[in-house]
Amino acid sequence: MLVVDGLTKRFGVRIAVAGIGFRVDRGECLGLLGPNGAGKTSTLAMISGIAQPDRGTVRLEGTAGSNADLKRHAGLVPQDLALFDELSAWANLQLFGGLHGLRGQTLRQRAQEALELVGLDDRRNDRVKTFSGGMKRRLNIAGALLHDPDLVLLDEPTVGVDPQSRNAIFGNLEALKQRGKTLIYTTHYMEEAERLCDRVVIMDHGHVLADDTVAALKAQHGDLEQAFLHLTGRALRDGTAGAAQ
Amino acid sequence: MNTTAILALIRNDIRLFLTDRRAVIVGVLIPICIAAFFGYVFGGAAKGQEIGKLPIAIVDEDQSSVTRAIAADLAADKFLQVTPLTREVARAQVRKGTQNAAAVFPKGFGEQSVNALFSGRNKPHIELLVDPSQATSAQLIQGLLAQYSMKDISKEAFSGVTGQKSLEGELQRLDGLEATPEQVEVKSLLQSARRLNKLRDAADAANGPASAQGAPFELGIPYDVTSTEVVAHDNTPYNSYAHSFAGMSVQFILMSGIDAGILLLLLRQRGIWQRIRSAPLRKSEFILARALATALISAFQLAVIYTAAGLIFGVRIEGSALGFVAVAASFCLLNATFGLMIATLGQSAAATRGIAILVMLLLVMLGGAWVPAFVFPKWLQEVSMYTPTRWAVDGLDAMTWRGLPLGEALLPTAVLCGSAILFLIIAVRRFRWEE
Repeated sequence: MLVVDGLTKRFGVRIAVAGIGFRVDRGECLGLLGPNGAGKTSTLAMISGIAQPDRGTVRLEGTAGSNADLKRHAGLVPQDLALFDELSAWANLQLFGGLHGLRGQTLRQRAQEALELVGLDDRRNDRVKTFSGGMKRRLNIAGALLHDPDLVLLDEPTVGVDPQSRNAIFGNLEALKQRGKTLIYTTHYMEEAERLCDRVVIMDHGHVLADDTVAALKAQHGDLEQAFLHLTGRALRDGTAGAAQ
Repeated sequence: MNTTAILALIRNDIRLFLTDRRAVIVGVLIPICIAAFFGYVFGGAAKGQEIGKLPIAIVDEDQSSVTRAIAADLAADKFLQVTPLTREVARAQVRKGTQNAAAVFPKGFGEQSVNALFSGRNKPHIELLVDPSQATSAQLIQGLLAQYSMKDISKEAFSGVTGQKSLEGELQRLDGLEATPEQVEVKSLLQSARRLNKLRDAADAANGPASAQGAPFELGIPYDVTSTEVVAHDNTPYNSYAHSFAGMSVQFILMSGIDAGILLLLLRQRGIWQRIRSAPLRKSEFILARALATALISAFQLAVIYTAAGLIFGVRIEGSALGFVAVAASFCLLNATFGLMIATLGQSAAATRGIAILVMLLLVMLGGAWVPAFVFPKWLQEVSMYTPTRWAVDGLDAMTWRGLPLGEALLPTAVLCGSAILFLIIAVRRFRWEE
């Protein structure tokens, strides 16, 4: 479905992503794990077509591999909420669908389906600023689904939400998996990766340190958190590392 | 071209504008209120309402018939509110700003001024104490002083006791000098004045002092001025609101242009920017959508402001309606590209807003939106011709109260479109699209 090969991204002299490679099969959920500054967000940006790689390729099955192709077939859920607080949920989705060329009845139907998937169809006309943090996160996901992408890229979609909302988001993502969508999911929460992901890629300092199934990593290290700490170390990664992200 | 995406962005920007109560108030209601205020202040006098009189003080240290007559004339003038004061009090009040100016007539002024009229020598001084912040008022007061002094001094010189005494003295002085051709002529003139006075005295004795023949001779301005407002139609009075609405429209629409630029800067700092960038949209399509959205919002503001101006304040397009649309549309385009340029030149939203507002205020002031450009120094007037705001205000004025034809809208339209293209080129070159 997706093959990432030799992907490299520099910001000035700093190398954010250093020639990484992995593949994701159709319908699979890949967890992209790593501490702050590991290069997860930069990797997602290149896969989604937002950022141009300095080197390497992103090949998506069934496309010519251009940036425009990636954008048409991938849906990005940014880490920062990508919503206009002043507008209603419906108005936000009208914009996001329109950006992908949807209009008229098709747009209305897709927006309705996306809202139903994330359980917000009864709040469609309310302004986003009246939503809770969890509702905003769910709407943030809905905004990436309108053009019915084959690949959904989720950059820490559960940051700052309560357990109930997190559980609801898991339900949304499992529903997407059941529909055959391919997911790439970045997170700091190992239990999320264990619950959702079929495979996990652990990154640090722009390199891939491990690429295996959750079961294999657990078998090797006891649990996923031990695997993560063993591979990336126990040193704190705040400050400069966070800025590099 | 991804027209669906462009339309979605335009629709979204308009929706954001309309849902932002502050933006609507700042962009539409405030310019109407301020334009109404300026229009009232600058146009009240034209509609026969009572005008504010300039407060001035008279310090009469001479108390002669001449100075009393001048003071009385000044007090009767419709532009002045005269208060007689002592020199110290007058100086203190001018310093405080209570009086715009004070005219001080020193002791001996009446006699010396009459003597100087005949001899041209030993002219007395009127000391004018002025508030430096009221320079324009001081010029008006000087003009009125000159007018009334000439009238009252000449009246005293030719028919008053002091004047006749001075006339005799000057004739005696000339008798004692060697007679040059010029002095012979001057002496002849003064003798004629003496004979005229005697004839008037005789007429007064026969018919009473109020007779027409006995009316005192005085020098005054030998003409009357009739003021005619040169506007679009002879039967249409000048509407001062037309200019104030042009100026305030330009100012507040530019402010919404700045807001559009700041919004773009803020978008770049939020996840929404990644969402937009992840859509199959080209840089040119995005810039086009932003520019069109801002231009449409500007057009909406202009339409609402001028509708209010027409319905409430009687502002009319006395000239070419097509010319008005051309100037307005080109200004809206200029505003759209101005906002884009700001977004590409700025780094942070807060710093950019401050600098952009400063630039906008300078453009607006130079454009004559607050005070007419003719009060500027000459060099500043020339500089203002290089600001697009001047052309926007002049263009809107030309099509409204000046009532000029379409041809007069072409140059302002061309300048505004040219400026818009320049801003657009800067914006496109500096716009960061790829990460």
